[in-house]
Amino acid sequence: MYKSQLIKQTQKQYIQSTRFLSSTCQLLKWNEIPLAPPDKILGITEAYINDSNSKKINLGVGAYRDNQGKPIIFPSVKRAEEILLQKENEKEYTPIIGSKKFQNIVKNFIFNNSGKDANGEQLIKDNRIVTSQTISGTGSLRVIADFLNRFYSNKKILVPKPTWANHVAVFKDAGLDPEFYNYYETSINDLDFENLKKSLINAPNESVVLLHACCHNPTGMDLTSEQWDEVLQIIQDKKFFPLVDMAYQGFASGKPYEDIYLIRKLTKKANENEIPTFALCQSFAKNMGLYGERTGSISIITANSNDSKAVESQLKKLIRPIYSSPPIHGSKIVEIIFEEPGLKDQWLNDLNKVVGRLNTVRSKLYEKLDKSNYNWDHLLKQRGMFVYTGLTPEQVIRLRNEFSVYATEDGRFSISGINDNNVEYLANAINEVIKK
Amino acid sequence: MADSFSNVIELPPDPLFGLKARFNLDKRADKVDLGIGAYRDNNGKPWILPAVKLAEEKLINDPNNNHEYLSISGFEPFLNNAAKVLLGSDSNQLSKVISQQSLSGTGALHLAGVFIKQFYKGNHTIYLSKPTWANHKQIFEYIGFKVENYPYWNNETKSLDLDGFLNSIKSAPNNSVFLLHACAHNPTGLDPTKNQWDLILKELEKKQHLIIFDSAYQGFASGDLEKDAYPIRKAINEEIISSPIIICQSFAKNVGMYGERVGAIHIIPSTKENNEAFNKAVKTQLNRIIRSEISNPPAYGSKIVATILQDSKLYDQWRKDLVTMSSRIIKMRKTLRSKLEELKTPGTWNHITDQTGMFSFTGLTPEMVARLEKSHGIYLVSSGRASVAGLNDNNVDKVAKAIDEVVKYYSKSKL
Ligand SMILES: Cc1ncc(COP(=O)(O)O)c(C=O)c1O
Ligand SMILES: Cc1ncc(COP(=O)(O)O)c(C=O)c1O
Repeated sequence: MYKSQLIKQTQKQYIQSTRFLSSTCQLLKWNEIPLAPPDKILGITEAYINDSNSKKINLGVGAYRDNQGKPIIFPSVKRAEEILLQKENEKEYTPIIGSKKFQNIVKNFIFNNSGKDANGEQLIKDNRIVTSQTISGTGSLRVIADFLNRFYSNKKILVPKPTWANHVAVFKDAGLDPEFYNYYETSINDLDFENLKKSLINAPNESVVLLHACCHNPTGMDLTSEQWDEVLQIIQDKKFFPLVDMAYQGFASGKPYEDIYLIRKLTKKANENEIPTFALCQSFAKNMGLYGERTGSISIITANSNDSKAVESQLKKLIRPIYSSPPIHGSKIVEIIFEEPGLKDQWLNDLNKVVGRLNTVRSKLYEKLDKSNYNWDHLLKQRGMFVYTGLTPEQVIRLRNEFSVYATEDGRFSISGINDNNVEYLANAINEVIKK
Repeated sequence: MADSFSNVIELPPDPLFGLKARFNLDKRADKVDLGIGAYRDNNGKPWILPAVKLAEEKLINDPNNNHEYLSISGFEPFLNNAAKVLLGSDSNQLSKVISQQSLSGTGALHLAGVFIKQFYKGNHTIYLSKPTWANHKQIFEYIGFKVENYPYWNNETKSLDLDGFLNSIKSAPNNSVFLLHACAHNPTGLDPTKNQWDLILKELEKKQHLIIFDSAYQGFASGDLEKDAYPIRKAINEEIISSPIIICQSFAKNVGMYGERVGAIHIIPSTKENNEAFNKAVKTQLNRIIRSEISNPPAYGSKIVATILQDSKLYDQWRKDLVTMSSRIIKMRKTLRSKLEELKTPGTWNHITDQTGMFSFTGLTPEMVARLEKSHGIYLVSSGRASVAGLNDNNVDKVAKAIDEVVKYYSKSKL
């Protein structure tokens, strides 16, 4: 039996048991409270922890591990924390949308990159970008979803199939109406660009459309520059509102600035008023390793500075009753990294090394895989923290049961769980399960 | 499309923000900020608690420290110990508590609202004290609650309107939601006495209302964690309340974690029953809400607080720090009151020392407040709420004289 079915069954039992037990008086005050489905990744981690096989491998978690399989703190972050510990003399609340300093750092880094993006610079000058610190990428997605639900003409939000599991939950909870557009074709392990375009063209005008800026999660397959041009033309013609999710900036090329060509195309179109407004959800979780510190931002590009003022005031109104103000530890680290001489370069270097290891492991795995009757070329086209293997759920479950290799059933492997010590074992296990 | 946001209207800035902006622009060297909602030391400077500094050093030097995601529920050692701070480590109710880490007190209140809205069968009207912290109304209206007030502050006597309070509890439909400030009521600084709490809790139980305790100042008010948790421990540990209780806990003020956003929501479905399957379902639903709002809560602040709560030396230091803060504030209250009495400022001023916590509801009228700002460079919100933390040995004399001047100026005042 598949694990998902198992989960459904246990869920049912729980619902029945709570119903039965809640016949006592106080608990009757509540509607039936079903057991919410557990997070898939956490379930995998738990099973992994309980496995006694010394060769076990966890390919579930989306956080970086070094070649010893250990979590790391980026050396630049470590340095920034030491500086912070020494000089921090207050832990006051930041304003609702974060400190001005943080907002400006993010704006300049992403939309201008020290004067390299004339269009972004113009938008900043014209006061057309409203930036707020948020609770990392997820909080950013949630805030913009709530905002669009309040103020945008259309509730329909188009998301790629497949996409990060939480996207749909976040958007639905905020009252939007998510619908898939074609993105990936499993039978060929590749982008399905023709159907991608078709499904966008057939979607209602003025929909919101979610775009992964780079390192698409879970497939690792991004559009080429020319493909983006075509998609942006559709967006322009259909008057879509682009919502860009950038959780892996730097993980495609190893260099953050090279990974934002979609943003640069959008800032150009915004300046030319072809696509006058869009939004960007940005996270420092992965590219600075600030995962749990919940550090990220939302930027909303508006048509003019008057709209910006209104949008900013409404953003504050929206956030204040949810959490008042964002957490400072991560944002202060970001501020120090960008301000302290030399630290930013060190960070870029740290990030480059992280991405370098992922790429090395990716090719090592590829090398060791049996290609005699299975095509693994897609592995080399994919970018980011994951390989989207194309293995079937049955094969993934065999890997788990017979080899203690733990991954989600969609066949997505988190590369950072792979290292010099286990790549051979993993490749052999995969070769075994793909045998006819 | 060019106008996708042209329907968005600009809102006026938050009044507190405006106050701060005017204060910053004021060139008078002896200006005084009594609008701030954060502790200041006797030099008027923000203060990081020594216990916090020690915990930070310990954490940063711990080779196992990292920035990994916390679980959706938050940092377990933080959650367990946070519940103990509220109920006492010897409470036999701890096993009934379902805890979820939140974005400080605001995030806990928001979660409480979302959870009640989705699952509570009772009356979705929430009763807030009049007056109350400005954000309370917004938090619950945002979620779709009907918001009502219960009488609290009697402006004539500058004391608790107990009868009005009790009458509201009695006349609200059974199973309504009542929000109670656990201590150091914001903005009045006025708390019920133990006897008054006992009466209030008894009426709440009779009507089977769901109670939300907002605990944003535990230990900050009196310096004593136990004393400041009186109504919470009475209701729960002594099982005075059988209906559901939700505690929204903030470490913003009492550990000085303000911007780190450290807090938790604790749900006690009933002090009389313990149903593990039910509790587990509640927990997974809290997780589900968190997952779609923020994925998981911020790590750093919760690790600092957990470090303090788990290390007996640091814990002792924190208790000392609480006394440092609360006793300085109590001293400022006494000084201000005695100076006003010396100056024979019209009216009575005992309420300043009767009140506790960060704020004093001075009873000054909006026109007096305006004159304080204009003529004296002393800034407080127009309701007459003054942050006592903004007072210190260097400015309390000036503030007393200025209050004296504005009160006498508006001699028609009822003070
Ligand atoms: C595509 C995508 N978007 C957003 C996020 C949000 O991450 P965080 O909230 O940790 O910044 C993730 C994290 O895994 C992701 O994969
Ligand atoms: C009564 C009351 N509740 C809750 C809060 C929540 O604060 P925070 O979200 O910073 O914990 C405050 C802060 O001023 C408060 O005064």
